[in-house]
Amino acid sequence: MNRPHMHALAPELETFAAEPYYQPVGRELELFAAAAQKKLPVLLKGPTGCGKTRFVEYMAWKLGRPLVTVACHDDLTSADLVGRYLLAGEETVWLDGPLTAAVRAGAICYLDEVVEARKDTTVVIHPLTDTRRVLPVEKRGELVRAPDDFLLVVSYNPGYQSVLKELKQSTRQRFIALDFDYPPAELEAAIVARETGIAGEIAAQLVKIAGLTRNLKGQGLDEGASTRLLVHAGHLIAAGVAPREACQAAIGRALTDDGDSVASVDDLIRAVF
Amino acid sequence: MPSSDAGRLGGEELGARLDGIFSFDVSSGRSYQELIDALAPLPREEQEFALHWAQVAARTHLEIAYLAVLLLPQALRRLSRRQAEAWLVAALEGFDRSGLRTAVVRLRDIEGFARGARGEVLALQDVDARLGRFLQGLSGRGLRVAAAEAAWTDTETVFLPPAIAVASREAGAERYKAIAALLWAQARYGTFNVDLDAALAAGPGRDAALAWLALLEALRLAARLGHELPGLRGELAVLLHDLPPQLDSARVPLAAPQAGVADSLEWLRQHPELLASPPHACAWLGALRPDEARRLRDARIRQQAEVLRLSVAELLESLREEKAASQLDLEADAERLEVKVMVDGQELTLPPEGLAAAQSLIQDLGEIPPELLVAAGEAPWKPADKPGSGAGATMETRADLLLDEWDYRRRAYRRGWCHVYLHTVGGDDLAYVPAVRARHAPLVRQLRRRFEAMRGEDRTLRRQADGPEVDMDALVEAIADRRGGAEPSPRLFCRRQRDERSLAAAFLVDMSGSTEGWINDAEREALVMLCEALEMLDDRYAIWGFSGWTRTRCDLYRIKEFDEDYGVDVQSRIAAIKPRDYTRMGPPIRYLTRRLLGEPARHRLLVSLSDGRPDDFGDDYRSQYGIEDTRQALLEARQAGVRSYCVTLDRNGPDYLKHMYGPAAYSVLDDVRKLPLKVAEIYRKLTI
Repeated sequence: MNRPHMHALAPELETFAAEPYYQPVGRELELFAAAAQKKLPVLLKGPTGCGKTRFVEYMAWKLGRPLVTVACHDDLTSADLVGRYLLAGEETVWLDGPLTAAVRAGAICYLDEVVEARKDTTVVIHPLTDTRRVLPVEKRGELVRAPDDFLLVVSYNPGYQSVLKELKQSTRQRFIALDFDYPPAELEAAIVARETGIAGEIAAQLVKIAGLTRNLKGQGLDEGASTRLLVHAGHLIAAGVAPREACQAAIGRALTDDGDSVASVDDLIRAVF
Repeated sequence: MPSSDAGRLGGEELGARLDGIFSFDVSSGRSYQELIDALAPLPREEQEFALHWAQVAARTHLEIAYLAVLLLPQALRRLSRRQAEAWLVAALEGFDRSGLRTAVVRLRDIEGFARGARGEVLALQDVDARLGRFLQGLSGRGLRVAAAEAAWTDTETVFLPPAIAVASREAGAERYKAIAALLWAQARYGTFNVDLDAALAAGPGRDAALAWLALLEALRLAARLGHELPGLRGELAVLLHDLPPQLDSARVPLAAPQAGVADSLEWLRQHPELLASPPHACAWLGALRPDEARRLRDARIRQQAEVLRLSVAELLESLREEKAASQLDLEADAERLEVKVMVDGQELTLPPEGLAAAQSLIQDLGEIPPELLVAAGEAPWKPADKPGSGAGATMETRADLLLDEWDYRRRAYRRGWCHVYLHTVGGDDLAYVPAVRARHAPLVRQLRRRFEAMRGEDRTLRRQADGPEVDMDALVEAIADRRGGAEPSPRLFCRRQRDERSLAAAFLVDMSGSTEGWINDAEREALVMLCEALEMLDDRYAIWGFSGWTRTRCDLYRIKEFDEDYGVDVQSRIAAIKPRDYTRMGPPIRYLTRRLLGEPARHRLLVSLSDGRPDDFGDDYRSQYGIEDTRQALLEARQAGVRSYCVTLDRNGPDYLKHMYGPAAYSVLDDVRKLPLKVAEIYRKLTI
């Protein structure tokens, strides 16, 4: 069945040989490890770019398990997660979806921004998240039993403001929930410096800018600058771009399209650099 | 007509040209001779320049034109042609804004203009919204920006000169930013942390002392800001440029990182000779008005201390079930505005409004003195007996319905506590809505376009049993299934379909007395535009206003029912919305939740438009109680499947709104003029 050219389409099981950089903020390492040990699915909540994905990568390395990451979008169907038959010449070939692949391999399956997926897809994960720990693959009439190492992790950003996008109670109450937020200033500066190689002093100034923009949340900005944006700005600076210009490109314009708000963020950037 | 030769105009020609502009009444006592004398020595080009501007100014006011011609030769010696134009424009703007006196003052102040002028004039009103956001970013607690002749701050409003003239508009904005930051720093870095009135002995030298102290503080705060916000250094140096030389020896000691207002006062005490006369005015440096600042600061401290005290008390109460006595410690980090609450050595998290209050207190006090957490003996606000205002007292038994209210201290409802009366706003102003529509015609068009786009795009439905197109994915799958021996699905087609949105929305409008003035106007205009835009959709929507006076009179005013058309009745009711009493938010939310549940829609939305926190007469609704009841009412709504959203015009909103409405379901507006657009945008964002 598995022809060589089909491998290209198979979902990728990522394994981490080197330790991904992650700076713990609270007790998230211990909680996650305990949940993994007890085979409890985990829900990560937090604003965009605060380190959720990196955290999962770090935990995959730490627990020595492969990782399958699925970025959810509003056209993601259950077949996209579970798998489907494809035609190859005159034959049909079954291709496991990323969720099925993760279950078989005893991997961590990370569904990023799970609320973005279509409502019916969340139902597929229900039997995996209770004591049954099974994945029914309807098309093949197969019931895949999850090995002990399989762990389901989903993330979502509660800051979204749409009525139509919210995690249903029947789904959310299956998870251990961990709250994520931007780290405290000093830690955040250390993270930015470590990630980008820029001087600690400049990193501290980037963090200061982030703090100022977070004050503007709800006053024209939907979100303040995330740690990820600071890292982007830091990379630009490390590549020789002037700090002010780097921040304008990586922070101001990345945050918003609204002319007034861009100007306001720009004012704050220029107050620091 | 003047001769066409390039030579300068003679007295007679000048007289004729001036006559064409001024046509003086002989009896006015004015004569052309004064003007002719002024213009005669100028080269032809400058004469023409003067005559041109005289003509321009004469359209505004003859007096300005007269003075402009008279002063222009002097101005042209000091200013370039372009700058002179800016000088004249600034004077004309001064007239537009505040009358002849300002225009005359500006014209006469050629020197002042020359010092500041490098060509452009930037009016504060062009950048005030931007500066407001800048200050919001710096402080996190929001400062108003307003115009005043001199720059100063009362710690809640930053007053800035109405216009400044500099090289370019952008440079003007930078100048404003630096001035505003320096004023913000007064509150942030402790200028008012000591009682300046007590520190500066009353007497004849007091004003001079205050003026000197203002400059010393500017020096100290500029150094501090330069350290915190290095990007402002250049502009701050410009502001400090013409500081009197007597202050040179203060620069170093006041630039020390730990320097405080006490150091400025101490330096001043060591230089008593300065107090003999006030310093020459430094154009952009803020003045100090300690009495005003302290009054607001003290009120704010009292208020925030109360909020913090309630938050901490609540925190302790939640622990008390486990333990009897607790040791409470509060640690504040003034540099970073961080606060730690320790109870018996265990660190606890303050609720958001408590944290915001603590941060505000740290900004004002530099620390959180423990005595603040001890409840004051006297409550700051005492309920007064309300004189029985006939209607309210007697209608009690005839309420349209009784609603429960949540008492967070009891953790239980007070049953049938609120007496709700339903009214219909009466009004016959049929001209209001068409007038608003006409005034904002472009905006209404823009909104309509946006809503039209939202009406639901065509969407392709895949895997349909029939349809005009073949669904390739489904077909491939079906063939594969068949080959694999499974039964193929017959759903092999796609069909385009317009999405049904099925949404019912209720809008709740704050009609409390505090909306008097622009908020009420803005609310009404917002409603007009909203209705104009919503007419593009098929969504069912209702609009109700609310106000109240204690639990025994919660008034709800019907403006539009779900099944009512947006016709003249509704329009005249919108026009008739006016400020009434207080803001008891729980009952209207509960009522509209009930109404929304009666609507056959898949999504139900409750949007409230208000100007601030819940507040009512007499009882403690204005405290945590009101916030908790409102929160509870919204939780009930949410559990029932009604989503709520709050648009607020309260600058202090975010502290408690986050708690009250749950994360992300509110929006605070920074600019009133944007309100109508914003309401529509939020609606769009919510329902897309």
